[in-house]
Amino acid sequence: MHCPKCHAPMHTYNRNGVQIEQCGGCRGIFLDYGELEALTRLESQWSQQAPPPAAPPAPQPPHGQAYPAPPAPAWGAPHHGGHHYGHRRDRGFGRMLFSS
Amino acid sequence: MPCEDLHAALADHAAHRAHPVAPPRPCACPVRVLADRPDGTVVRHGHLVVKAHAPDAGPALHARLTAAASPGLAGIVLRPLAGAPVEASGRLLTCWPYGTPVDPAAPGAAPWEETATLLARLHQAPPSVLGQAPPPARGPEKAERALARLRNSPLRGAAREAVLAAGAAVPVPPARTGPAVCHGDLHLGQLVRDPEPGGGWVLIDVDDMGLGDPSWDLARPAAWFACGLMAPEDWVRFLSAYREAGGTAAGPPGEEWRQLDGPARALTAQIAAQALVKAEQAARPLDEDESAFVDACARMTPLPHGPALDAAT
Repeated sequence: MHCPKCHAPMHTYNRNGVQIEQCGGCRGIFLDYGELEALTRLESQWSQQAPPPAAPPAPQPPHGQAYPAPPAPAWGAPHHGGHHYGHRRDRGFGRMLFSS
Repeated sequence: MPCEDLHAALADHAAHRAHPVAPPRPCACPVRVLADRPDGTVVRHGHLVVKAHAPDAGPALHARLTAAASPGLAGIVLRPLAGAPVEASGRLLTCWPYGTPVDPAAPGAAPWEETATLLARLHQAPPSVLGQAPPPARGPEKAERALARLRNSPLRGAAREAVLAAGAAVPVPPARTGPAVCHGDLHLGQLVRDPEPGGGWVLIDVDDMGLGDPSWDLARPAAWFACGLMAPEDWVRFLSAYREAGGTAAGPPGEEWRQLDGPARALTAQIAAQALVKAEQAARPLDEDESAFVDACARMTPLPHGPALDAAT
């Protein structure tokens, strides 16, 4: 697939089940039908789950109970809402957790 | 030395150590190559394993082995079996009890608390366990080597630039040494159940152990959490257990990123650099987990042309 704007080849990425095409030239992004809605849905789930901005730091919650999200760096992955981990738990660890 | 020869030498040595008196017929012990990398090859024979250390392991390995055998690290680091290391074709061979590793298929059973507690105890161990000339922990050196390999690889493109820039922009350059005994290469493959009666989880692989900044031992889990590979609840369990066991390298609750940000950035860049080089050598695209680390590097130092999602173009 080629970019409709600059005609450079586009590359496909999968982010949380949303298929994204990005242009290797101008870096524009193309979304398929329904993908914008999927992103909006993920965003609203994320904001529902996110703690209020002034949440206190996590005070050692008993395992398995609700807790405020632990602090994360600004450069971290933008999906600390709990949503991302469900499918990881189903398919096991990433092999990266077992290698140098 | 060709790897078949090394495997044969390891298998021979393991069989000899497992059965000092040769059995009348071939034994039924499980025999397997557990790891085979340039920096170490490990063969299991029944209840023990033999490790061939890296060719450049050097005299520092002796200090690290002495520490592993010292009472100061009992119950923290797996104790080697008695007997001096032997040499085979320029590689030192050491002998260890076989312990059951963490099960990669059971994330719910991952010993996060135990890992954190072992690190906290290691960080509070007396530096004297490493002897008169303690070697440095090799975390920072390994991060630099991974970035150098990427720099010297034929790979070009936005992903490479983002990772090198992230590696170069780590706010506090790592000290070569530090105040605490550190493992130097922590991940979930570095724990086994001590086969001694009543033995719990212990750390293995002392090849990178030495004195250093203990926040570097927390940096890989911190990078996993930051990049989305470790669930927030697991990260909270890990940090809480570390602090509860007296570990100080994460600072007080809620302020862990003051101390961990620099080392976690360095580890993220290291993991991303290793992933790019491996993917390039195998002529394959990055997988989802690998991309997460490259993407994190791109967010650390935004490039003028926007987010760099692409891997190898």
